[in-house]
Amino acid sequence: MTEKVSLQETAQQVRRDIVRMVHAVNSGHPGGSLGCTEFFTALYGQIMDYKRGEFHPDGHGEDLFFLSNGHISPVWYSVLARNGFFPVKELSTFRKIDSRLQGHPATHEGLPGVRVASGSLGQGLSVALGAAQAKKLNGDRHLIYSLHGDGELQEGQIWEAVMYAAANKIDNIISTVDYNNRQIDGDVSDVLDLGDLKGKWHAFGWDVLEMNGNDIDNVLKVMAEAKSRTGKGKPVAVIMRTEMGNGVDFMMGSHKWHGVAPNDEQLASALAQNPETSLGDY
Amino acid sequence: MKTYEIQNVKDTRSGFGDGLLELGKQNPDVVALCADLTGSLKMNAFEDAFPERFFQTGIAEANMIGLAAGMTIGGKIPYTGTFANFSTGRVYDQIRQSVAYSGKNVKICASHAGLTLGEDGATHQILEDIGMMKMLPHMTVINPCDYNQTKAATLAIAEHEGPVYLRFGRPKVPNFTPADQKFEIGKAWTVSEGTDVTVFATGHLVWKAVEAGVKLAEEGISTEIINIHTIKPLDEEAVLASAGKTKCVVTAEEHQRNGGLGDSIAQVLARRLPLPIEYVAVNDSFGESGTPEELMTKYGIDTADVIAAVRRVLKRK
Repeated sequence: MTEKVSLQETAQQVRRDIVRMVHAVNSGHPGGSLGCTEFFTALYGQIMDYKRGEFHPDGHGEDLFFLSNGHISPVWYSVLARNGFFPVKELSTFRKIDSRLQGHPATHEGLPGVRVASGSLGQGLSVALGAAQAKKLNGDRHLIYSLHGDGELQEGQIWEAVMYAAANKIDNIISTVDYNNRQIDGDVSDVLDLGDLKGKWHAFGWDVLEMNGNDIDNVLKVMAEAKSRTGKGKPVAVIMRTEMGNGVDFMMGSHKWHGVAPNDEQLASALAQNPETSLGDY
Repeated sequence: MKTYEIQNVKDTRSGFGDGLLELGKQNPDVVALCADLTGSLKMNAFEDAFPERFFQTGIAEANMIGLAAGMTIGGKIPYTGTFANFSTGRVYDQIRQSVAYSGKNVKICASHAGLTLGEDGATHQILEDIGMMKMLPHMTVINPCDYNQTKAATLAIAEHEGPVYLRFGRPKVPNFTPADQKFEIGKAWTVSEGTDVTVFATGHLVWKAVEAGVKLAEEGISTEIINIHTIKPLDEEAVLASAGKTKCVVTAEEHQRNGGLGDSIAQVLARRLPLPIEYVAVNDSFGESGTPEELMTKYGIDTADVIAAVRRVLKRK
């Protein structure tokens, strides 16, 4: 249980990082970041097999992760820092001038952990699939992981990539969809309904799993199952139910915290709900 | 006026296809992707020789660009192939974010550029691609003039680390540059030396400029012709050296006047050596169906238009 407790403690610290980062620059995207906290914490803490303490852009001989919905950079940056990709104190530079922590993830400033820019939505699955095919060409049996927003699935390029992956039997990828049913203008089901999302991925030829993204035990269990389904001729998708703003009560249940930073009072409330852990604030 | 022997008449896209096949033999990291235009791009030979390194993406260009960007992460050198229209305008944001901003070593290879695509008409005749691509930071933009040069460029860009836009075309045109040329990215090639006027030409317009130079020589006008196969990075010193000698300039390209080679040359001259300049380019217009020859005449980018531009600029000297 020690490891799980540790992951949960990390997740709590990551939530603090997220709200403090966006508060400090009065901008950024806390809602989706908070909703995906358990996923990222588990992914980098336990699920992925990668070279710790070193970063190689080419990623030979290790699992790679691609964030397609780049706006939830706060959670990614926090988890990267908490897993040793760069100093934790660098989180204080988020979205500031001369920082490696751009508003949306970029390779341009050389931030360890990031292998392609994302932010303009819909592009990350294609890139992840390219990396997956390169791994096959190189005889590298490691996996590719990717994360996508649910609203992002409205982009046509996603479905080009979904079709391509199954047709080419790219079975060394696990793509997760953050299904919180929120996007900037409202509920996804109101803005542009995704319909039978599981059925769509299935019909496109993917092996599809479902997961509760805010239950770390369930994340570990389902992602382990997802890993066991790789290498069998089909790409693997995980539809991950999350709650936008999870862990901060006043941010939950509304799309309004997609891209809004908390004020001083709200920050105090959010931090009180997520006390500082043994990892310490940045 | 230096004279050139036409070795044969060939399409520049075949230069790409033959270059790609040769490159595939030389470099195991080279991979090729195509969006359902393998025959048009002359990529069949590569596909046949290296099926495991060829990726058919279907009619999904945005995905193709993303796949290529991802393959670089595994150390591959991807060459994407489709028409110039679908290589640029259709996928501009994918190139911008996943390739250029991310510094990916993708070679975007674009056939059927410009009016000389011909009968398919304006939907396919992109005349804005050079402008779009040269605006992207760190993008290299290359538009070779004939089969031999396109083949040489296809080989050379593999040695260049970084994104490249390689533009070529559909019609068979005179192949006159040396078969054994070494293609140097960013290095202008002096086709013919002259003293009265400089014509900076790119792509199919280089041969038109040669034809114009021959006719102008008959009138006693000495034309310097410079092949700007690399529009970005532009060989500024070569531009300044020639313009400084002849004191007037014509630019010639199969592209919109806005944003093309002419604008790049004018920018250098305006900053460093203001001189009269005339453009041979399509002037804020879409094309239409027709033969390549008819279209070049109607839209003002033929040999006669180069000659007329030279006469205009000489009067302003």
